[in-house]
Amino acid sequence: MVKLVIDSKAVEVENGTTILEAAASVGIKIPTLCFLKDVNEIGACRVCMVEIEGTGKLQPACNNTVAEGMEIYTNSPKVRETRRVNVELILSQHDCQCATCVRSGNCKLQTIANDLGILELPFKKVLPKTKWPKDFPLIRDYTKCIKCMRCIQICDKVQSLKIWDVANTGSRTTVDVSMNRKITDADCALCGQCITHCPVGALRERDDTQRVLDALADPDVITVVQVAPAVRAAWGESFGISREFATVKRLVSALRQMGFSYIFDTNFSADLTIMEEGSEFLKRLKNKEKETFPMFTSCCPGWVRFLKSQYPDMTDQLSTAKSPQQMFGAMMKTYYADLLGVDNSKIFSISVMPCIAKKGECALPTMNDSGAGQDVDVVLTTREVERLIRAEHIDVPGLEEEEFDSPLGVGSGAGVIFGATGGVMEAALRSAYYLVTGENPDPDAFQEVRGMEGWKEAEFDLAGVPLKVAVASGLGNTRKLIKAIRKGKVQYDFVEIMACPGGCSGGGGQPIHDGDELAGVRAETLYGLDKVNHLRFSHENPAVQECYRTYLQRPLGHRSHELLHTDHHGWEMPKME
Amino acid sequence: MSRLSILTQNKAQMTIEELYKDLERRIAASPPGLCPVDLSVSFLKLCHAQSCGKCVPCRIGLGQLENLMEDVLDGEGTLETIAMIEKTARSVFNSADCAIGYEAARMVLKGISGFRDDFEEHVLRGRCICELNQPVPCVALCPAGVDIPGYVALVAEGRYEDAVRLIRKDNPMPAVCGLICEHPCEERCRRSMVDDSINIRGLKRFAVDHAGEVPVPKPAEKTGKRVAVIGGGPGGISAAYYLALMGHEVTIYEQRKKLGGMLRYGIPNYRLPREVLDKEIEQLLSVGIEVKTGITVGESPRIIDLKNQYHAVYIAIGAHIDRKIGIEGEEAQGVISAVEMLRDIGDNDMPDFTGKDIVVIGGGNVAMDVARSAIRLGAKRLRIAYRRRQEDMTAMPEEVAGAMEEGCEMLDLHAPLRIEKDEEGKVAALWVKPQIIGPLEKGRPLPVESSVPEKRLACDMVVVAIGQGIESRPFAEYGIPVKRGVIDALSWGGVKDIPGVFAGGDCVTGPATAIRAIAAGKVAAANIDEYLGYKHIIRSEVDIPKVRLENRKQCSRTNMKGRYAFDRVKDFQEIEYGLTTEEANQEAHRCLRCDHFGFGIFKGGRVDKW
Repeated sequence: MVKLVIDSKAVEVENGTTILEAAASVGIKIPTLCFLKDVNEIGACRVCMVEIEGTGKLQPACNNTVAEGMEIYTNSPKVRETRRVNVELILSQHDCQCATCVRSGNCKLQTIANDLGILELPFKKVLPKTKWPKDFPLIRDYTKCIKCMRCIQICDKVQSLKIWDVANTGSRTTVDVSMNRKITDADCALCGQCITHCPVGALRERDDTQRVLDALADPDVITVVQVAPAVRAAWGESFGISREFATVKRLVSALRQMGFSYIFDTNFSADLTIMEEGSEFLKRLKNKEKETFPMFTSCCPGWVRFLKSQYPDMTDQLSTAKSPQQMFGAMMKTYYADLLGVDNSKIFSISVMPCIAKKGECALPTMNDSGAGQDVDVVLTTREVERLIRAEHIDVPGLEEEEFDSPLGVGSGAGVIFGATGGVMEAALRSAYYLVTGENPDPDAFQEVRGMEGWKEAEFDLAGVPLKVAVASGLGNTRKLIKAIRKGKVQYDFVEIMACPGGCSGGGGQPIHDGDELAGVRAETLYGLDKVNHLRFSHENPAVQECYRTYLQRPLGHRSHELLHTDHHGWEMPKME
Repeated sequence: MSRLSILTQNKAQMTIEELYKDLERRIAASPPGLCPVDLSVSFLKLCHAQSCGKCVPCRIGLGQLENLMEDVLDGEGTLETIAMIEKTARSVFNSADCAIGYEAARMVLKGISGFRDDFEEHVLRGRCICELNQPVPCVALCPAGVDIPGYVALVAEGRYEDAVRLIRKDNPMPAVCGLICEHPCEERCRRSMVDDSINIRGLKRFAVDHAGEVPVPKPAEKTGKRVAVIGGGPGGISAAYYLALMGHEVTIYEQRKKLGGMLRYGIPNYRLPREVLDKEIEQLLSVGIEVKTGITVGESPRIIDLKNQYHAVYIAIGAHIDRKIGIEGEEAQGVISAVEMLRDIGDNDMPDFTGKDIVVIGGGNVAMDVARSAIRLGAKRLRIAYRRRQEDMTAMPEEVAGAMEEGCEMLDLHAPLRIEKDEEGKVAALWVKPQIIGPLEKGRPLPVESSVPEKRLACDMVVVAIGQGIESRPFAEYGIPVKRGVIDALSWGGVKDIPGVFAGGDCVTGPATAIRAIAAGKVAAANIDEYLGYKHIIRSEVDIPKVRLENRKQCSRTNMKGRYAFDRVKDFQEIEYGLTTEEANQEAHRCLRCDHFGFGIFKGGRVDKW
């Protein structure tokens, strides 16, 4: 243990504790900006500077550890002056038009500047003029970037893709796509983790809300919206309502107030995915000699982008099943259009996703099997839906619960856990067991694959067939897993991958809480919903059964093949050089 | 992918390395008199370009400091801008993560405290107080203002006599200076921007060596005014020469047997052969100067006597008193001062150091002179103990290198503690305390005692060469102001409230260089002439060659060569060889003629007369 004094308060902490943590332990909250625990501890912003008696210059609190007998001042005149000047310097190269910023009210820089009471900017304003492709799903605003380097670090250390890097030197140093590439030529997975870890509004999703509002305003258009599992666990976070209150039924109510024609649950197509992907897996398993294992799940488009760019030779190991979003889109513009008896070209298909990569996925040239344009027309992230709710001045605390529309509003508990890492695997195993044995297993029999660990593995006995599975989330963990597979260090039959750490609940389109990772908390909500659902198995979803009976016939059947499966070679990813 | 790889420089990196060198030389050749605020912004811009860009204070702060300082220069700043610069620089200094940032900020802060007047002048009056008052760097830096581009051009034309005449207009001792001048003229030579400075001293020496006998000009008509010069060193001789040329009747009073001062009694023959010195003095005296040697002004004659007998008096007594080191055992037999030793050598009274183990204390040129002389006088072993590092020695690097070639051992970071005596009171050893080099103090690194225990350097003799003082007592008694041990003369050579008495050279500045003493003699001559009611003009009547419009291709500097150390330690003969004709010709053609090109053709390029 180390004893020291911070702002006249005696502190005793463990050796190796940072000054920042030591101060926090006695209730002294030193402001930070670039700091992101375990990811970005580089002392770049120089906002958390403190004065250590006897050392002369100031030191950053985030990446220096305490020592016995230290006397630290977090608010000496020198510290006050320096912190303020440094924030003023940052503001001098930041587009401070907060009124038009997507992060206003949720911006670390805005908070610090406001807290310091900076009312005038003493330095000359200098903003870069670099342009960014406006139609790319990931938007970077050079005038807002404060070069905290978090995006670089999250992409390097957590996602292992190294899309971002420091560009230029000296006064012109900035952050840009690495190796002087354009973002459109980069192997970006579109996971959006850089967005959710950006302290300001420099990174965001492409805003598609206006396209949705335009569709809603057109009386000839039928707007059909699907809501992804993980969205329900996060949509209410910025409205000051409790998790218990922020049910998906209240979200349905809000969407209905906005005027969407039909509101459906992606859980339905998650169940459909299980039917198709589970059947595909069992089929591959029967043909073990000729197939390459493991088979990989294909519902995460960030992961698909990753595999296609990093290990293109393994593309065929992806399940050919489309993601739930795309299955839903295809069904909406075929099966559901038939049910409604409308011309499918009138249907405008919208999905609400916790994800940036979904914006890329829906636009793929292969995702138009319904014959009425793209199967999904627009993807909104959870954050964009949040903004729409605000724009429509909906009284969120006053929302009543409302049901999804039928029949595509029915989803099982197996479908809802798709939003958490391990959920797809667990759902698939539940139904695979049934498909092999003709009997339902205990729905909680496969919960070994739950949890926030980055790389999990488990072995199950599927009616005498030993099955080795693995689950990974986060692309850094994924790369480790794939390398191990390629080196023959591990062998699996079935592997679930989610690009974002923690799965979709920690997705790049989810609400941003600086410094907090909420994937785990949100996943608990999803597992809670599974537990209380009277349907725990995808194959028991009556809407799914009905759909097969009247339209698809059987999993892996002809129609399924046309609408629910895809050729992953049908489009190109920029490859790693 | 290999796990590790060898780093190799690409073409761009190699080119930038060359550009760094170019810039280093360019900074070294920076002309005097530039606006310090403008320069600071330029430095800052370089510092900023060095930033890796990780941290806010360096990446943004340095740029904003540039903006603020540009505001000052553009006349758009106020006193608050200066305060803002200070505050911002302080923050950058306090919070930058590495030296790239905080040292850049320190330079700004240093500028604010070092030339705040310049900042204020810009914001308050929208103007710059700096002006380029001397556009020819070599001339500006020569204390005597010798027309260097002029005589270099004459050497290039083969007009060596004219070169000597031109030099003598401002410096009557070209032969001496051709050998021993510390050549401050070369420091900021603009040729450094191309490749390297001109070897000016070498060309001067070449001119003298090849000019043959160059008679002195005819003096002006006799004025009947009598001037006494106290001290026959370079300063006294220079003043006497110019005053005699002006027609005044001059008498030099010299304490020693011969004229020359430190040139004779401080600089050994191997650097300045006596025949060169004697010849130059003889030539200057030929203008008509009376010399009284062996006379110490003080008791008899008294200064008051001279003041009464002459119309004016010039005090140029130099700095000839040895400074005591003040350590225990200093009185031991075998401890001598450098001044004492070199004085004897100057009078050809050569001590015999055969078989002696000698330690010299000091790190200046004098320490090197005594060490190298002692080697020639037979010393068995010669060590030089110095309390700082070798690179901190004030001696010219070529002197240090010369001493080492001749077998002197450099004991740097050795601070003398005490001298140990044997029973007979003779030197037995010098005890030293090893030092560790410490912080900078006024730009010089300060040695600090290390934890290494004291060392005993067994030896037979210790020579103390730690500087000289001035025998100012008799002058102080007469009422001449003395401040910090030196005579307090005014910048024009006069002494406050004592009309007719002038002083200059080492006795005013403390131990310095020959060229500074010569310059002081020149200044004194001009002002004594004025004091006596005249305005005689000194000019050379030499036509300066027209510039050659030739390509100034890069060409390295030729340096003087010397005798091999093995041979030269055996005698006191001269150790340096002058440039060959081929070398001198090439060297002279390297001169960029700043008297014609650049600002020189517009203003201040040539002073024809004074």
